[in-house]
Amino acid sequence: MIRIEGLHKSYPIGKDSLHVLKGLDLHIKEGEFVSIMGSSGSGKSTLLNIVGLLDVHDVGNYYLNNQLIEKLNEKKAAVLRNKFLGFVFQSFNLISYKTALENVALPLYYKGVGRKERLKIALEYLEKVELGPWAEHLPNELSGGQKQRVAIARALATKPKVILADEPTGALDSTTTDSVMDLLKGINDEGMTVFVITHEEEVAEQTDRIVRLKDGVIISDELTESGKSKAKNYV
Amino acid sequence: MFDLDAWREIFQSINKNKLRAMLSGFTVAFAILLFTLLFGIVNGLQNFFTQAFVDDADNSMFVRTWQTSKPYKGLQSGRRIQLKNEHLDYIVEAHPEKIQHISARKYLNVRITYKTKQDNYNIRAVHPDHRYLEKTIIDEGRFLNQLDLNQKNKVIVIGRLVKKDLFGERIALGKYVNVNDISYKIVGVFSDEGGDREERNVYMPITTAQSLYGNNDYIDNILIGYNPRLTIDRAVAFGNRLERELRQKLNIHPDDQSALSIRNMAEANKNVGQLTTALFFIVIFVGSGTLIAGVIGISNIMIFSIKERTKEFGIRKALGAKPASIISMVVKESLLITSIAGYLGLVLGTFILSQIGDSLEKYFIYNPSVSSGIVIGATVTLIIAGLLAGYLPAKKAAQIKPIVALRAD
Repeated sequence: MIRIEGLHKSYPIGKDSLHVLKGLDLHIKEGEFVSIMGSSGSGKSTLLNIVGLLDVHDVGNYYLNNQLIEKLNEKKAAVLRNKFLGFVFQSFNLISYKTALENVALPLYYKGVGRKERLKIALEYLEKVELGPWAEHLPNELSGGQKQRVAIARALATKPKVILADEPTGALDSTTTDSVMDLLKGINDEGMTVFVITHEEEVAEQTDRIVRLKDGVIISDELTESGKSKAKNYV
Repeated sequence: MFDLDAWREIFQSINKNKLRAMLSGFTVAFAILLFTLLFGIVNGLQNFFTQAFVDDADNSMFVRTWQTSKPYKGLQSGRRIQLKNEHLDYIVEAHPEKIQHISARKYLNVRITYKTKQDNYNIRAVHPDHRYLEKTIIDEGRFLNQLDLNQKNKVIVIGRLVKKDLFGERIALGKYVNVNDISYKIVGVFSDEGGDREERNVYMPITTAQSLYGNNDYIDNILIGYNPRLTIDRAVAFGNRLERELRQKLNIHPDDQSALSIRNMAEANKNVGQLTTALFFIVIFVGSGTLIAGVIGISNIMIFSIKERTKEFGIRKALGAKPASIISMVVKESLLITSIAGYLGLVLGTFILSQIGDSLEKYFIYNPSVSSGIVIGATVTLIIAGLLAGYLPAKKAAQIKPIVALRAD
């Protein structure tokens, strides 16, 4: 689903440039539940941004759904994001003047789904994250956990291939963290590829595979207990 | 082209940012309002000046004489200058192609009696052309004609108020009245836009007046209507030349202003024209200043609001919005606000002007109004400015990488 070969990325800082990603190789198959671990500055957010087509890489190859990503303009990137990717952000990034339902329906609007149809789909996904009764509420009337569940419903609405979650629990307490992780796990069980970025060990433990980044290079890539048991089941 | 969903997005965005929408709307509405009022008031000034000269024909010249103040060719100062028939005849013969109408005017103060009613009135003894020079309006009967002059008929044309004084509501036409004990027939009743004083005048043939009152060929003034095909500059030159010629004929010192003067409407027209031109440039200057202020106002608000929404655009892009859809959303929003606000400003301005009407006449503003072309042009200018003011920053915002936009706060 996601294949990265020799990926480099630098950011210009004044006259110098900061080399953030130093030759990454990573292959994530369809249906995997992967977490990228690393302290701040390790380059994990940069990796997610490149994978999420929110940013472009300098050197190397990136294949999304077996399609080589190169020379992307904003328009093409927007179409690919809408088609293949669903985002969950640390700070939720809900549009404050839209209700929960409208927020979930927004990616469907950009996909070109009719109003009636997209509100119906949006409600289905809100119910899936157990927020049906909150459909008409504005984001500032919801708790942090509820906001993140709305964001997850929004990410799911277009039936993407991959869910990209950037510190999805970073702004949540431990109870809500668990409920959000359970939700992501459930989504993964349904066959969707889930790609989580975190610096919390407990969160990473709940995924199937942990990739550790340090100073722009992968220092380890191993399966967790649950990942191992899943792998055994397949065998 | 009409995309209901897109407009729903726009209405929602405007609705959730009422203050911003109102501020930019207010800027536009206020600019158009000021522009409309400004243009209207200048038009009112022009109307006033045009109206101020409407009483007499706008191509008229008025020759008047008094006493000399300078000795000339052995003649003493203090000599009374008397115009005579020969001067009028000279003007007609010397400049036939430059003259449209000409009339002498001789003043008499008389007592007019009808049955038991009587009063004092001013008589103007004139030629038939006088009616065009004074813009006399014939209500009943006719004005004096050449036959009256040739036969020195004892006929008069009376003003509307003279008829009211002497006859009330009864018929005056065809009746005989006594003018200083000589019987005259009323052949016409006139009115005049110059006001009540004009309508208390009485006209009689110049020849009748000259033979019955003094038996001479004296006249007091000469009124000339110059050929309207003359340009203003040529008409002014004609007036000056006539003045020189008459001074020579009457032996007046060329610089003796108090002996003879010609009031030439061409000069007044020229002055009004210059005033109007000056006003026009002032309006262009202040009007475009108002519009520029409006444009800057919208631009500021748009730039600020787009900056404020950078993050929202980032979210929308992460969810699959193409740059074009974001630009189109912002531009349509700006277009909608400026159009509605511009229209409101225009309607309000026109309404205020129509309420002013002629109530500011004592401030030289009469019936201020604006031509719809100018204000619509101004509104369209502002709408286009609003479009650009939305488009440029929106284009820039839409080109920001979503990752940068998402980081914005």
